[in-house]
Amino acid sequence: MELQPYLLLSAITFVIGVVGVLSRRNAIIVFMSIELMLNSVNLSLVAFSAFLGDVTGQMLVFFAMTVAAAEAAIGLAIIISMFRNKQTVNIDDINILKW
Amino acid sequence: MGITFSDITSSAPLVSLVLFSFLTLIVESWGKDKPVLSYWVSLLGVGVSLALSFGHLGAGIPVFGGMLLQGGFAGYCNLIFLSSAFLTILLSRGYLERMECHRGEFYILILFSTVGMMLMAGALNLITVFLGIELMSVSLYVLAGFMRKKVRSNESALKYFLLGAFATGFLLYGIALIYGTSGTTDLVAISKLFPQLSHNPIFLVGCGLLVVAFSFKIAAVPFHMWAPDVYEGAPTTVSGFMSTGAKAAAFATFLLVFVRVFDIAGTSLSQVIAVIAAASMIVGNVTAVAQTNVKRMLAYSSIAHAGYMLSGIAAANVEGETGILFYLLAYTFVNVGAFGIVSIMERQDDKKLNFEDYEGLSARRPALAVLMTIFMFSLAGIPPFAGFFGKYYVFLAAVKANLTWLAILGVLTSLISVYYYLRLVVLMYFREGDADLDHSVPRRSMIALAIAAISIVVLGLYPSLIVDLTRSFFKI
Repeated sequence: MELQPYLLLSAITFVIGVVGVLSRRNAIIVFMSIELMLNSVNLSLVAFSAFLGDVTGQMLVFFAMTVAAAEAAIGLAIIISMFRNKQTVNIDDINILKW
Repeated sequence: MGITFSDITSSAPLVSLVLFSFLTLIVESWGKDKPVLSYWVSLLGVGVSLALSFGHLGAGIPVFGGMLLQGGFAGYCNLIFLSSAFLTILLSRGYLERMECHRGEFYILILFSTVGMMLMAGALNLITVFLGIELMSVSLYVLAGFMRKKVRSNESALKYFLLGAFATGFLLYGIALIYGTSGTTDLVAISKLFPQLSHNPIFLVGCGLLVVAFSFKIAAVPFHMWAPDVYEGAPTTVSGFMSTGAKAAAFATFLLVFVRVFDIAGTSLSQVIAVIAAASMIVGNVTAVAQTNVKRMLAYSSIAHAGYMLSGIAAANVEGETGILFYLLAYTFVNVGAFGIVSIMERQDDKKLNFEDYEGLSARRPALAVLMTIFMFSLAGIPPFAGFFGKYYVFLAAVKANLTWLAILGVLTSLISVYYYLRLVVLMYFREGDADLDHSVPRRSMIALAIAAISIVVLGLYPSLIVDLTRSFFKI
Protein backbone atom coordinates (compact mmCIF):
# COMPACT_ATOMS: atom_id res chain seq x y z
CA MET A 1 0.00 0.00 0.00
CA GLU A 2 1.27 3.44 -0.92
CA LEU A 3 1.21 5.71 2.15
CA GLN A 4 2.53 8.98 0.79
CA PRO A 5 -0.47 10.25 -1.27
CA TYR A 6 -2.80 9.91 1.73
CA LEU A 7 -0.41 11.74 4.03
CA LEU A 8 0.08 14.46 1.46
CA LEU A 9 -3.66 14.95 1.00
CA SER A 10 -4.11 14.99 4.77
CA ALA A 11 -1.32 17.57 5.23
CA ILE A 12 -2.77 19.80 2.49
CA THR A 13 -6.29 19.78 3.95
CA PHE A 14 -4.83 20.41 7.42
CA VAL A 15 -3.00 23.48 6.14
CA ILE A 16 -6.18 24.68 4.37
CA GLY A 17 -7.95 24.38 7.72
CA VAL A 18 -5.21 26.33 9.54
CA VAL A 19 -5.29 29.09 6.93
CA GLY A 20 -9.08 29.22 7.23
CA VAL A 21 -8.90 29.65 11.01
CA LEU A 22 -6.34 32.41 10.72
CA SER A 23 -7.91 34.35 7.83
CA ARG A 24 -11.72 34.02 8.15
CA ARG A 25 -13.67 36.39 10.38
CA ASN A 26 -17.01 34.64 10.73
CA ALA A 27 -17.00 32.49 13.89
CA ILE A 28 -18.97 29.71 12.21
CA ILE A 29 -16.60 29.50 9.25
CA VAL A 30 -13.63 29.51 11.64
CA PHE A 31 -15.27 26.63 13.43
CA MET A 32 -15.82 24.76 10.14
CA SER A 33 -12.12 25.20 9.36
CA ILE A 34 -11.27 23.63 12.72
CA GLU A 35 -13.49 20.67 11.84
CA LEU A 36 -11.62 20.39 8.54
CA MET A 37 -8.34 20.20 10.47
CA LEU A 38 -9.67 17.42 12.69
CA ASN A 39 -11.00 15.44 9.74
CA SER A 40 -7.75 15.73 7.81
CA VAL A 41 -6.01 14.22 10.83
CA ASN A 42 -8.55 11.39 10.79
CA LEU A 43 -7.49 10.65 7.22
CA SER A 44 -3.85 10.40 8.34
CA LEU A 45 -4.79 8.13 11.19
CA VAL A 46 -6.77 5.77 8.97
CA ALA A 47 -3.97 5.69 6.40
CA PHE A 48 -1.36 4.90 9.07
CA SER A 49 -3.65 2.30 10.55
CA ALA A 50 -4.12 0.50 7.21
CA PHE A 51 -0.42 0.80 6.42
CA LEU A 52 0.71 -0.60 9.77
CA GLY A 53 -2.02 -3.26 9.85
CA ASP A 54 -2.87 -2.04 13.37
CA VAL A 55 -6.37 -1.22 14.56
CA THR A 56 -5.48 1.42 17.17
CA GLY A 57 -5.51 4.24 14.64
CA GLN A 58 -9.03 3.48 13.50
CA MET A 59 -10.17 3.28 17.10
CA LEU A 60 -8.67 6.70 17.75
CA VAL A 61 -10.61 8.04 14.75
CA PHE A 62 -13.87 7.02 16.40
CA PHE A 63 -12.84 8.82 19.58
CA ALA A 64 -11.83 11.87 17.56
CA MET A 65 -15.20 11.96 15.78
CA THR A 66 -17.06 11.70 19.08
CA VAL A 67 -15.01 14.48 20.61
CA ALA A 68 -15.54 16.63 17.51
CA ALA A 69 -19.29 16.12 17.82
CA ALA A 70 -19.22 17.14 21.48
CA GLU A 71 -17.15 20.19 20.61
CA ALA A 72 -19.60 21.11 17.84
CA ALA A 73 -22.49 21.01 20.31
CA ILE A 74 -20.68 23.21 22.82
CA GLY A 75 -19.25 25.52 20.18
CA LEU A 76 -22.55 26.21 18.45
CA ALA A 77 -24.20 26.81 21.83
CA ILE A 78 -21.53 29.36 22.70
CA ILE A 79 -21.91 31.06 19.31
CA ILE A 80 -25.72 31.22 19.76
CA SER A 81 -25.48 32.76 23.23
CA MET A 82 -23.04 35.29 21.81
CA PHE A 83 -25.43 36.08 18.96
CA ARG A 84 -28.33 36.61 21.38
CA ASN A 85 -26.39 39.29 23.23
CA LYS A 86 -24.61 41.01 20.36
CA GLN A 87 -26.47 40.12 17.14
CA THR A 88 -23.19 39.27 15.41
CA VAL A 89 -20.90 36.31 14.90
CA ASN A 90 -18.10 38.30 13.31
CA ILE A 91 -14.88 37.96 15.31
CA ASP A 92 -13.79 41.51 14.46
CA ASP A 93 -16.93 42.94 16.08
CA ILE A 94 -16.30 41.01 19.27
CA ASN A 95 -13.72 43.26 20.82
CA ILE A 96 -14.76 44.60 24.20
CA LEU A 97 -11.82 42.66 25.51
CA LYS A 98 -8.60 43.33 23.69
CA TRP A 99 -7.96 40.49 21.24
CA MET B 1 -8.45 -7.99 29.02
CA GLY B 2 -11.48 -7.20 31.15
CA ILE B 3 -11.82 -4.77 34.00
CA THR B 4 -10.84 -6.37 37.27
CA PHE B 5 -11.77 -5.39 40.79
CA SER B 6 -8.21 -4.32 41.50
CA ASP B 7 -8.41 -1.86 38.58
CA ILE B 8 -11.25 -0.12 40.39
CA THR B 9 -9.61 -0.09 43.81
CA SER B 10 -6.28 1.18 42.45
CA SER B 11 -8.03 4.06 40.71
CA ALA B 12 -10.43 4.75 43.58
CA PRO B 13 -10.04 8.59 43.57
CA LEU B 14 -10.89 8.73 39.86
CA VAL B 15 -13.74 6.23 39.99
CA SER B 16 -15.33 7.85 43.05
CA LEU B 17 -15.19 11.29 41.44
CA VAL B 18 -16.81 9.97 38.26
CA LEU B 19 -19.61 8.44 40.33
CA PHE B 20 -20.09 11.66 42.28
CA SER B 21 -20.18 13.65 39.02
CA PHE B 22 -23.08 11.56 37.81
CA LEU B 23 -24.73 11.75 41.22
CA THR B 24 -24.54 15.56 41.10
CA LEU B 25 -26.02 15.45 37.62
CA ILE B 26 -28.97 13.36 38.86
CA VAL B 27 -29.46 15.48 41.98
CA GLU B 28 -29.48 18.65 39.89
CA SER B 29 -32.04 17.38 37.40
CA TRP B 30 -34.24 16.16 40.26
CA GLY B 31 -34.42 19.20 42.44
CA LYS B 32 -34.74 22.04 39.97
CA ASP B 33 -33.73 25.45 41.35
CA LYS B 34 -32.02 23.92 44.33
CA PRO B 35 -28.35 24.48 43.49
CA VAL B 36 -27.45 24.26 47.18
CA LEU B 37 -27.94 20.50 47.06
CA SER B 38 -25.61 20.17 44.07
CA TYR B 39 -23.12 22.32 45.96
CA TRP B 40 -23.06 19.95 48.92
CA VAL B 41 -22.94 16.77 46.80
CA SER B 42 -20.09 18.09 44.67
CA LEU B 43 -18.18 19.27 47.73
CA LEU B 44 -18.62 15.84 49.29
CA GLY B 45 -17.50 14.14 46.06
CA VAL B 46 -14.32 16.18 45.84
CA GLY B 47 -13.68 15.69 49.55
CA VAL B 48 -14.03 11.90 49.32
CA SER B 49 -11.80 11.75 46.28
CA LEU B 50 -9.24 13.97 48.01
CA ALA B 51 -9.21 11.71 51.06
CA LEU B 52 -8.80 8.62 48.85
CA SER B 53 -5.93 10.26 46.93
CA PHE B 54 -3.82 10.45 50.10
CA GLY B 55 -3.82 6.65 50.12
CA HIS B 56 -2.64 6.47 46.51
CA LEU B 57 0.80 8.04 46.65
CA GLY B 58 2.78 4.80 46.50
CA ALA B 59 4.27 3.12 43.43
CA GLY B 60 2.43 3.57 40.14
CA ILE B 61 0.24 0.68 38.97
CA PRO B 62 -0.94 0.32 35.35
CA VAL B 63 -4.70 -0.24 35.31
CA PHE B 64 -7.50 -0.73 32.77
CA GLY B 65 -5.37 -2.70 30.32
CA GLY B 66 -2.44 -0.27 30.48
CA MET B 67 -4.51 2.81 29.57
CA LEU B 68 -3.96 4.51 32.93
CA LEU B 69 -1.16 4.62 35.50
CA GLN B 70 -2.59 5.22 38.95
CA GLY B 71 -0.77 6.01 42.19
CA GLY B 72 2.52 7.89 42.60
CA PHE B 73 2.71 10.72 40.10
CA ALA B 74 -0.99 10.56 39.23
CA GLY B 75 -1.98 10.38 42.90
CA TYR B 76 0.05 13.46 43.71
CA CYS B 77 -1.33 15.38 40.73
CA ASN B 78 -4.85 14.38 41.79
CA LEU B 79 -4.18 16.12 45.11
CA ILE B 80 -3.39 19.33 43.20
CA PHE B 81 -6.48 19.19 40.97
CA LEU B 82 -8.81 18.21 43.79
CA SER B 83 -7.56 20.93 46.15
CA SER B 84 -8.10 23.42 43.36
CA ALA B 85 -11.63 22.12 42.71
CA PHE B 86 -12.45 22.01 46.43
CA LEU B 87 -11.40 25.59 47.10
CA THR B 88 -13.06 26.79 43.88
CA ILE B 89 -16.38 25.22 44.86
CA LEU B 90 -16.18 26.79 48.35
CA LEU B 91 -15.38 30.23 46.95
CA SER B 92 -17.84 30.08 44.06
CA ARG B 93 -21.08 29.72 45.97
CA GLY B 94 -21.05 33.17 47.55
CA TYR B 95 -19.69 34.73 44.37
CA LEU B 96 -22.32 33.20 42.09
CA GLU B 97 -25.13 34.10 44.50
CA ARG B 98 -23.98 37.71 44.48
CA MET B 99 -23.71 37.74 40.68
CA GLU B 100 -27.23 36.28 40.48
CA CYS B 101 -26.29 33.27 38.40
CA HIS B 102 -26.11 30.53 41.01
CA ARG B 103 -27.04 27.37 39.14
CA GLY B 104 -26.17 23.76 39.88
CA GLU B 105 -24.64 23.09 36.46
CA PHE B 106 -21.60 25.00 37.65
CA TYR B 107 -20.63 22.31 40.15
CA ILE B 108 -21.30 19.49 37.69
CA LEU B 109 -18.99 21.07 35.14
CA ILE B 110 -16.27 21.64 37.75
CA LEU B 111 -16.44 17.95 38.68
CA PHE B 112 -16.33 16.73 35.07
CA SER B 113 -13.43 18.95 34.20
CA THR B 114 -11.58 17.67 37.30
CA VAL B 115 -12.17 14.12 36.06
CA GLY B 116 -10.60 15.16 32.75
CA MET B 117 -7.56 16.54 34.60
CA MET B 118 -7.16 13.30 36.55
CA LEU B 119 -7.26 11.31 33.29
CA MET B 120 -4.56 13.58 31.86
CA ALA B 121 -2.18 13.08 34.77
CA GLY B 122 -2.83 9.34 34.92
CA ALA B 123 -2.59 8.68 31.19
CA LEU B 124 -0.40 5.84 29.95
CA ASN B 125 -1.61 6.05 26.36
CA LEU B 126 -1.89 8.95 23.94
CA ILE B 127 -5.61 8.19 23.48
CA THR B 128 -6.19 8.77 27.20
CA VAL B 129 -4.20 12.00 26.98
CA PHE B 130 -6.44 13.19 24.15
CA LEU B 131 -9.69 12.25 25.87
CA GLY B 132 -8.60 13.76 29.19
CA ILE B 133 -7.63 17.08 27.60
CA GLU B 134 -10.93 17.23 25.74
CA LEU B 135 -13.08 16.36 28.74
CA MET B 136 -11.35 19.08 30.75
CA SER B 137 -11.45 21.69 27.98
CA VAL B 138 -15.04 21.18 26.86
CA SER B 139 -16.24 21.63 30.44
CA LEU B 140 -14.09 24.73 30.83
CA TYR B 141 -15.44 26.31 27.62
CA VAL B 142 -18.90 26.21 29.18
CA LEU B 143 -17.66 27.43 32.56
CA ALA B 144 -15.93 30.42 30.94
CA GLY B 145 -19.25 31.43 29.38
CA PHE B 146 -21.28 30.57 32.46
CA MET B 147 -22.73 34.08 32.90
CA ARG B 148 -24.54 33.83 29.62
CA LYS B 149 -26.33 37.18 29.90
CA LYS B 150 -23.00 38.97 30.04
CA VAL B 151 -21.29 39.83 26.76
CA ARG B 152 -17.82 39.67 28.28
CA SER B 153 -18.40 36.16 29.52
CA ASN B 154 -19.74 35.08 26.09
CA GLU B 155 -16.77 36.59 24.43
CA SER B 156 -14.35 34.90 26.77
CA ALA B 157 -16.01 31.54 26.11
CA LEU B 158 -15.95 32.05 22.35
CA LYS B 159 -12.27 32.97 22.30
CA TYR B 160 -11.33 30.14 24.59
CA PHE B 161 -13.36 27.71 22.55
CA LEU B 162 -12.03 28.71 19.12
CA LEU B 163 -8.39 28.76 20.19
CA GLY B 164 -8.77 25.64 22.33
CA ALA B 165 -10.33 23.69 19.46
CA PHE B 166 -7.59 24.99 17.17
CA ALA B 167 -5.01 23.60 19.60
CA THR B 168 -6.89 20.30 19.65
CA GLY B 169 -6.27 20.02 15.91
CA PHE B 170 -2.53 20.31 16.50
CA LEU B 171 -2.66 17.84 19.37
CA LEU B 172 -4.47 15.24 17.29
CA TYR B 173 -2.13 15.70 14.34
CA GLY B 174 0.85 15.31 16.64
CA ILE B 175 -0.60 12.11 18.06
CA ALA B 176 -1.28 10.83 14.52
CA LEU B 177 2.32 11.42 13.42
CA ILE B 178 3.76 9.84 16.55
CA TYR B 179 1.45 6.86 16.07
CA GLY B 180 2.41 6.58 12.40
CA THR B 181 6.14 6.54 13.08
CA SER B 182 6.16 4.41 16.23
CA GLY B 183 3.25 2.11 15.36
CA THR B 184 1.68 2.43 18.80
CA THR B 185 -0.02 4.94 21.07
CA ASP B 186 1.17 3.24 24.24
CA LEU B 187 3.52 5.58 26.09
CA VAL B 188 5.66 2.82 27.61
CA ALA B 189 6.24 1.27 24.18
CA ILE B 190 7.06 4.68 22.70
CA SER B 191 9.53 5.40 25.49
CA LYS B 192 11.45 2.21 24.57
CA LEU B 193 11.53 3.22 20.90
CA PHE B 194 12.47 6.85 21.62
CA PRO B 195 16.28 6.56 21.13
CA GLN B 196 15.90 5.35 17.53
CA LEU B 197 12.84 7.49 16.75
CA SER B 198 14.44 10.73 17.91
CA HIS B 199 16.23 11.03 14.53
CA ASN B 200 13.08 10.50 12.49
CA PRO B 201 11.95 13.90 11.12
CA ILE B 202 8.24 12.98 10.99
CA PHE B 203 8.36 11.86 14.63
CA LEU B 204 10.02 15.15 15.58
CA VAL B 205 7.32 17.10 13.72
CA GLY B 206 4.76 15.13 15.75
CA CYS B 207 6.56 16.06 18.98
CA GLY B 208 6.70 19.68 17.84
CA LEU B 209 2.94 19.71 17.28
CA LEU B 210 2.43 18.30 20.78
CA VAL B 211 4.64 21.08 22.19
CA VAL B 212 2.44 23.63 20.38
CA ALA B 213 -0.78 22.06 21.71
CA PHE B 214 0.47 21.83 25.30
CA SER B 215 1.86 25.37 25.15
CA PHE B 216 -1.63 26.56 24.22
CA LYS B 217 -3.07 24.82 27.26
CA ILE B 218 -0.50 26.21 29.69
CA ALA B 219 -0.64 29.66 28.02
CA ALA B 220 3.06 29.97 27.16
CA VAL B 221 4.33 32.62 24.73
CA PRO B 222 3.74 32.71 21.70
CA PHE B 223 0.53 30.75 22.29
CA HIS B 224 -0.72 32.88 25.16
CA MET B 225 -2.96 35.39 23.36
CA TRP B 226 -6.17 33.88 24.69
CA ALA B 227 -5.22 33.86 28.38
CA PRO B 228 -5.64 37.53 29.40
CA ASP B 229 -8.99 37.89 27.63
CA VAL B 230 -10.37 34.60 28.84
CA TYR B 231 -9.27 35.13 32.45
CA GLU B 232 -10.66 38.65 32.44
CA GLY B 233 -14.04 37.77 30.93
CA ALA B 234 -14.73 34.47 32.69
CA PRO B 235 -16.37 34.38 36.15
CA THR B 236 -13.53 35.19 38.57
CA THR B 237 -13.53 31.91 40.47
CA VAL B 238 -13.50 30.04 37.14
CA SER B 239 -10.43 32.06 36.12
CA GLY B 240 -8.83 30.90 39.34
CA PHE B 241 -9.72 27.30 38.53
CA MET B 242 -8.44 27.58 34.95
CA SER B 243 -5.16 29.14 35.99
CA THR B 244 -4.50 26.46 38.62
CA GLY B 245 -6.23 23.14 37.99
CA ALA B 246 -6.27 23.31 34.21
CA LYS B 247 -2.75 24.67 34.04
CA ALA B 248 -1.50 22.04 36.47
CA ALA B 249 -3.15 19.31 34.40
CA ALA B 250 -1.55 20.57 31.20
CA PHE B 251 1.82 20.68 32.98
CA ALA B 252 1.30 17.16 34.32
CA THR B 253 0.75 15.88 30.76
CA PHE B 254 3.65 17.93 29.46
CA LEU B 255 5.89 16.37 32.11
CA LEU B 256 4.45 12.94 31.50
CA VAL B 257 5.05 12.95 27.76
CA PHE B 258 8.26 14.94 27.46
CA VAL B 259 10.19 14.12 30.63
CA ARG B 260 8.86 10.85 31.96
CA VAL B 261 8.35 9.10 28.59
CA PHE B 262 10.56 10.85 26.05
CA ASP B 263 13.97 11.60 27.43
CA ILE B 264 14.42 15.03 25.90
CA ALA B 265 17.39 16.13 28.05
CA GLY B 266 20.05 17.67 25.77
CA THR B 267 18.02 17.28 22.56
CA SER B 268 16.78 20.02 20.24
CA LEU B 269 13.30 19.70 21.79
CA SER B 270 14.73 20.80 25.11
CA GLN B 271 16.22 23.87 23.40
CA VAL B 272 12.85 24.74 21.84
CA ILE B 273 11.13 24.47 25.22
CA ALA B 274 13.85 26.61 26.82
CA VAL B 275 13.20 29.37 24.26
CA ILE B 276 9.43 29.20 24.89
CA ALA B 277 10.13 29.42 28.64
CA ALA B 278 12.35 32.48 28.20
CA ALA B 279 9.80 34.24 25.97
CA SER B 280 6.99 33.55 28.46
CA MET B 281 8.97 34.98 31.39
CA ILE B 282 9.84 38.16 29.51
CA VAL B 283 6.48 38.86 27.83
CA GLY B 284 4.41 37.86 30.87
CA ASN B 285 6.30 40.00 33.36
CA VAL B 286 6.84 43.05 31.18
CA THR B 287 3.18 43.20 30.07
CA ALA B 288 1.88 42.61 33.59
CA VAL B 289 3.58 45.83 34.76
CA ALA B 290 1.37 47.89 32.43
CA GLN B 291 -1.98 46.45 33.57
CA THR B 292 -4.62 48.39 35.50
CA ASN B 293 -7.08 45.52 35.94
CA VAL B 294 -6.15 43.05 38.69
CA LYS B 295 -7.64 40.03 36.88
CA ARG B 296 -5.66 40.88 33.77
CA MET B 297 -2.50 41.37 35.83
CA LEU B 298 -2.98 37.91 37.35
CA ALA B 299 -3.45 36.50 33.83
CA TYR B 300 -0.12 37.89 32.65
CA SER B 301 1.47 36.77 35.88
CA SER B 302 0.21 33.25 35.17
CA ILE B 303 1.90 33.39 31.76
CA ALA B 304 5.15 34.35 33.49
CA HIS B 305 4.77 31.51 36.00
CA ALA B 306 4.23 29.09 33.11
CA GLY B 307 7.61 30.29 31.85
CA TYR B 308 9.33 29.60 35.19
CA MET B 309 7.83 26.12 35.34
CA LEU B 310 8.76 25.36 31.72
CA SER B 311 12.42 25.85 32.58
CA GLY B 312 12.03 22.72 34.73
CA ILE B 313 10.70 20.79 31.71
CA ALA B 314 13.51 22.09 29.49
CA ALA B 315 15.97 20.79 32.11
CA ALA B 316 14.21 17.38 32.01
CA ASN B 317 15.99 16.01 35.08
CA VAL B 318 14.80 14.77 38.46
CA GLU B 319 15.19 18.23 40.03
CA GLY B 320 13.09 19.71 37.24
CA GLU B 321 10.27 17.25 37.78
CA THR B 322 10.18 17.56 41.57
CA GLY B 323 10.51 21.34 41.22
CA ILE B 324 7.52 21.59 38.91
CA LEU B 325 5.40 19.29 41.05
CA PHE B 326 6.16 21.38 44.14
CA TYR B 327 5.64 24.61 42.23
CA LEU B 328 2.26 23.47 40.89
CA LEU B 329 0.94 22.66 44.36
CA ALA B 330 2.16 25.97 45.80
CA TYR B 331 0.89 27.94 42.81
CA THR B 332 -2.52 26.29 43.03
CA PHE B 333 -3.10 27.47 46.59
CA VAL B 334 -1.71 30.93 45.86
CA ASN B 335 -3.67 31.61 42.71
CA VAL B 336 -6.99 30.16 43.84
CA GLY B 337 -6.61 32.40 46.89
CA ALA B 338 -5.68 35.51 44.90
CA PHE B 339 -8.55 35.07 42.45
CA GLY B 340 -10.79 34.27 45.42
CA ILE B 341 -10.07 37.67 47.00
CA VAL B 342 -10.62 39.38 43.64
CA SER B 343 -13.97 37.57 43.40
CA ILE B 344 -14.92 38.85 46.87
CA MET B 345 -14.00 42.43 45.94
CA GLU B 346 -15.82 42.29 42.59
CA ARG B 347 -19.32 43.81 42.20
CA GLN B 348 -22.00 43.34 39.57
CA ASP B 349 -21.05 44.33 36.00
CA ASP B 350 -17.29 43.98 36.45
CA LYS B 351 -17.01 46.84 38.95
CA LYS B 352 -14.15 47.14 41.46
CA LEU B 353 -11.61 45.14 39.51
CA ASN B 354 -8.91 47.80 39.17
CA PHE B 355 -5.83 48.41 41.27
CA GLU B 356 -7.14 51.70 42.71
CA ASP B 357 -10.21 49.89 44.08
CA TYR B 358 -7.90 48.25 46.63
CA GLU B 359 -6.63 51.56 48.10
CA GLY B 360 -6.83 51.54 51.88
CA LEU B 361 -8.34 48.08 52.13
CA SER B 362 -6.29 47.24 55.24
CA ALA B 363 -8.12 49.85 57.34
CA ARG B 364 -11.58 48.35 56.86
CA ARG B 365 -10.95 44.72 55.97
CA PRO B 366 -7.64 43.80 57.65
CA ALA B 367 -8.13 40.05 57.26
CA LEU B 368 -8.57 40.25 53.49
CA ALA B 369 -5.58 42.58 53.20
CA VAL B 370 -3.34 40.22 55.18
CA LEU B 371 -4.40 37.23 53.08
CA MET B 372 -3.87 39.11 49.82
CA THR B 373 -0.42 40.18 51.05
CA ILE B 374 0.51 36.55 51.74
CA PHE B 375 -0.61 35.56 48.24
CA MET B 376 1.23 38.44 46.56
CA PHE B 377 4.45 37.77 48.52
CA SER B 378 4.27 34.14 47.56
CA LEU B 379 3.69 34.96 43.87
CA ALA B 380 6.65 37.33 43.97
CA GLY B 381 8.76 34.52 45.43
CA ILE B 382 9.66 36.14 48.73
CA PRO B 383 10.74 33.64 51.43
CA PRO B 384 9.46 32.03 53.63
CA PHE B 385 6.37 31.50 51.46
CA ALA B 386 6.04 28.49 49.19
CA GLY B 387 6.46 30.45 45.94
CA PHE B 388 10.12 31.04 46.76
CA PHE B 389 11.00 27.35 46.98
CA GLY B 390 9.09 26.56 43.80
CA LYS B 391 11.21 29.03 41.87
CA TYR B 392 14.37 27.91 43.66
CA TYR B 393 13.89 24.26 42.63
CA VAL B 394 13.08 24.88 38.96
CA PHE B 395 15.96 27.32 38.52
CA LEU B 396 18.30 24.88 40.30
CA ALA B 397 17.20 22.21 37.82
CA ALA B 398 17.96 24.56 34.89
CA VAL B 399 21.46 25.23 36.22
CA LYS B 400 22.14 21.51 36.61
CA ALA B 401 21.08 20.92 33.00
CA ASN B 402 23.53 23.55 31.70
CA LEU B 403 20.76 26.06 31.06
CA THR B 404 22.26 28.67 33.37
CA TRP B 405 21.18 31.51 31.07
CA LEU B 406 17.57 30.47 31.59
CA ALA B 407 17.93 30.51 35.37
CA ILE B 408 19.55 33.96 35.27
CA LEU B 409 16.77 35.26 33.04
CA GLY B 410 14.23 33.75 35.44
CA VAL B 411 15.73 35.55 38.43
CA LEU B 412 15.93 38.87 36.56
CA THR B 413 12.32 38.70 35.35
CA SER B 414 11.19 37.73 38.88
CA LEU B 415 12.65 41.03 40.02
CA ILE B 416 10.36 42.85 37.56
CA SER B 417 7.41 40.91 38.93
CA VAL B 418 8.09 42.13 42.48
CA TYR B 419 7.06 45.61 41.29
CA TYR B 420 3.52 44.80 40.27
CA TYR B 421 2.80 42.33 43.06
CA LEU B 422 3.99 44.71 45.76
CA ARG B 423 2.18 47.64 44.13
CA LEU B 424 -1.06 46.01 45.23
CA VAL B 425 0.26 45.55 48.78
CA VAL B 426 1.39 49.19 48.92
CA LEU B 427 -2.03 50.36 47.72
CA MET B 428 -3.78 48.32 50.38
CA TYR B 429 -1.59 49.45 53.28
CA PHE B 430 -0.06 52.84 52.56
CA ARG B 431 -2.66 54.67 50.52
CA GLU B 432 -5.69 56.51 51.77
CA GLY B 433 -8.81 55.14 50.11
CA ASP B 434 -12.30 53.93 50.68
CA ALA B 435 -11.97 50.32 49.55
CA ASP B 436 -14.65 48.39 51.36
CA LEU B 437 -17.29 45.75 50.80
CA ASP B 438 -21.03 46.37 50.79
CA HIS B 439 -21.73 42.75 51.62
CA SER B 440 -20.49 40.39 54.31
CA VAL B 441 -18.00 37.74 53.28
CA PRO B 442 -19.51 34.24 53.67
CA ARG B 443 -17.73 32.11 56.24
CA ARG B 444 -17.09 29.32 53.72
CA SER B 445 -15.13 31.73 51.53
CA MET B 446 -12.99 32.82 54.48
CA ILE B 447 -12.37 29.15 55.34
CA ALA B 448 -11.22 28.47 51.77
CA LEU B 449 -8.88 31.48 51.83
CA ALA B 450 -7.51 30.45 55.22
CA ILE B 451 -6.84 26.90 53.99
CA ALA B 452 -4.96 28.33 51.01
CA ALA B 453 -2.89 30.73 53.14
CA ILE B 454 -2.02 28.10 55.77
CA SER B 455 -0.97 25.63 53.07
CA ILE B 456 1.33 28.23 51.52
CA VAL B 457 3.01 28.94 54.85
CA VAL B 458 3.35 25.23 55.73
CA LEU B 459 4.74 24.37 52.28
CA GLY B 460 7.14 27.28 52.59
CA LEU B 461 8.39 26.17 56.00
CA TYR B 462 8.62 22.44 55.22
CA PRO B 463 9.23 22.09 51.45
CA SER B 464 11.03 18.79 52.05
CA LEU B 465 7.67 17.15 52.90
CA ILE B 466 6.70 17.38 49.24
CA VAL B 467 10.12 17.21 47.61
CA ASP B 468 11.08 13.91 49.27
CA LEU B 469 7.76 12.45 48.17
CA THR B 470 7.89 13.62 44.56
CA ARG B 471 11.51 12.54 44.10
CA SER B 472 10.37 8.90 44.21
CA PHE B 473 8.09 9.38 41.18
CA PHE B 474 10.80 10.12 38.64
CA LYS B 475 10.37 8.25 35.32
CA ILE B 476 7.78 5.62 34.49
